[in-house]
Amino acid sequence: MLEDSCLSGHSTGDYVKINIGPSHPAMHGTLRVVAWTDGETVVKADPEIGYLHRGVEKLAEAMTYHQFIPITDRLNYCSAICNNVSYEMAVEKLMGIEAPEKAQLIRVIMMELARIADHQVCVGILGVDLGAFTPFFYLIIQREEIYEIFEWYNGARLTNTFGRIGGVEADLPDDFDQRWRELRPNLIKAIDETDKLLTHNRIWMDRTIGVTTFSAEDALNWGFTGPCLRACGVKRDMRKDEPYCMYDRFDFEVPTGKHGDVFDRYMVRMREMEESIKIIDQAYKMYKELPADAPLMAKVPKAIRPPAGEVYNAIETPNGELGFFVKSDGSDKPYRLKIRPPCYMIYQAFPEMVKGEMIADLVACLSSLNVIAGELDR
Amino acid sequence: MDDWLIALIKVVFIWVWVLLIAVIMTWVERRGASMIQDRLGPNRAGPFGLLQPLADGIKLFTKEDIVPDKAKKILFSLGPILFALPAFSAYAVVPFGDKIVLGGKEIILQVSDINVGFLYVVALGSMAVYGIIVGGWASNNKYSILGGLRSTAQLISYEVPLGLALLAITLIYGTFSLREIALAQQGTFLGVFPNWGIFKQPLGFILFIVTAYAEANRVPFDLPEAESEIVSGYHTEYGSMRLGLYLFGEYVNLCTLSALIVTFYFGAWHLPYINMAAFLGPISYGIASFLVFFLKVSFFLWLFVWVRWTVPRFRYDQVMGLGWKALIPLALINLFITALAIQLTI
Repeated sequence: MLEDSCLSGHSTGDYVKINIGPSHPAMHGTLRVVAWTDGETVVKADPEIGYLHRGVEKLAEAMTYHQFIPITDRLNYCSAICNNVSYEMAVEKLMGIEAPEKAQLIRVIMMELARIADHQVCVGILGVDLGAFTPFFYLIIQREEIYEIFEWYNGARLTNTFGRIGGVEADLPDDFDQRWRELRPNLIKAIDETDKLLTHNRIWMDRTIGVTTFSAEDALNWGFTGPCLRACGVKRDMRKDEPYCMYDRFDFEVPTGKHGDVFDRYMVRMREMEESIKIIDQAYKMYKELPADAPLMAKVPKAIRPPAGEVYNAIETPNGELGFFVKSDGSDKPYRLKIRPPCYMIYQAFPEMVKGEMIADLVACLSSLNVIAGELDR
Repeated sequence: MDDWLIALIKVVFIWVWVLLIAVIMTWVERRGASMIQDRLGPNRAGPFGLLQPLADGIKLFTKEDIVPDKAKKILFSLGPILFALPAFSAYAVVPFGDKIVLGGKEIILQVSDINVGFLYVVALGSMAVYGIIVGGWASNNKYSILGGLRSTAQLISYEVPLGLALLAITLIYGTFSLREIALAQQGTFLGVFPNWGIFKQPLGFILFIVTAYAEANRVPFDLPEAESEIVSGYHTEYGSMRLGLYLFGEYVNLCTLSALIVTFYFGAWHLPYINMAAFLGPISYGIASFLVFFLKVSFFLWLFVWVRWTVPRFRYDQVMGLGWKALIPLALINLFITALAIQLTI
């Protein structure tokens, strides 16, 4: 229902209630927004979440620590590898172990590939939602190639179940060098072509610049993280600020925007893809310098029984800070597991952002926030 | 041969021809999109997937015809017909070639050369909006109504610059008849430029082509059916051949608009600097003029596809802003300058 604050002297009957989702071409996954509109203007947008709730956190309590890794794939399914690593690192922290250097480098390479794949989907879908269909294909074709590498690594494309607690299960495939050398120029070309088609396109600029602007202060208050926060001008990146996985040893930039509008979010993601390519290059160079028989796993017992205690560990996933809180009672299953998904905080601000904008902007805003239902509802 | 028989043959011929082009356009659209998007597209049905439109047609015909329970039944059925008919009818005044001499009889390649062809075209262009608003309203669906409203506002707004741009053309050629406008575009002026509308009305051409995209509901003006916002807009509730008629009418519309662009601005059947009539026989000249005309039309049809898969979509207020704040003033200025130039030179 509409509160009085939205009515501003009108009666409810003056507005049209439009139901967008959970099954709607513009909705990514099963999101639902109930929008009250005055003509084309959104008076109020009511997001309704929970259509993809699977009780992931409760499930964890009935599973051993290793069994839970495949479930983390189903959070942000666009970049499952980052979820896996985030969870594994939380458990490692609880056990007081650290993955060997080689495993960390493999994690970095795979996570950055996943980041590129995630941003490709986000930017591509943003284009589709604004009516530009073609860049989506340029990006998605290259994402397929990234998935080929994932498949080559452990057989899975989307839900990767990458890594184990204490390291990674396998070394990079022998021909990774060749595959990366083939993929790299194509990736850069796809990003470049998208950039040419969209960034300086007058219609694209009109549709994105100044749309759903968000101030840095508001963003921090709402708990924004990731590209959406950086688009508002806050230079916050866990990879730089609280380095993990040797990220402090790589040379890369943290792109930021100014106004926090759709355009800035788009630009931040575009530039992050380029930075990720840089990181992969450096990580692979360091990886090659390591001896071939360097360990991939830390010393981990077969049955994982972390000492009683609790831990919170977060890493920078493509969408922002993904944190796992794990509480152990000393048994082989977590006593309590809580996930802090970046989308959840960002999506809370959604009604605030789209109020007074047009229906088309609502869709653009949602795409640019990259709200993933799997991660939001858990 | 009797005159009425010739007229009938012409009607049937151009009707079938336009239908054929519209059918092929659905294939061109999909293959063209695939080409631009670095993928294959439909290539299974027949050579190069050319039979794909046929397969689509059979599919649409055999689908269950669903009318929503709370829809206005009669209006719901009327919508697609109202949309497709004007698109076809506009072709009646389009000269699709010069003339052909068969059995000693000179046949003009145009269904009907009425002296107010220009008004007829503009009037029928306005008719299409009824198909959309009726369909959108009768569906009893919020998305449909939004799509219908968007479309109505858009079509009505863009008809003004369209009419004004065409008015400047009629000032230049001094006639409302499409055939006479086409005939007047032969030869050159100032020694180098062909007598085409685009060279005499460059601004008018840009205005016309922009409004043509808006009239055809094509990207970047495809708001009435913006799938990411309002599902399918006015035809959300339509299925089977009723939907087919809407989609089909759209391609016929494209065909009509391309033909109008060619007639008004691209010298109809004339080739630049070459007078085909001078060295071709009466029959081959007729056929050649027809082919030249449709070669040009197919270029503009391809342009529609090309643009669709290249640019994003406008927002509703931006479409209105562009129409009222940019195109209409420009069209008025264009008309004023044209009138002034004609007044001064005569």
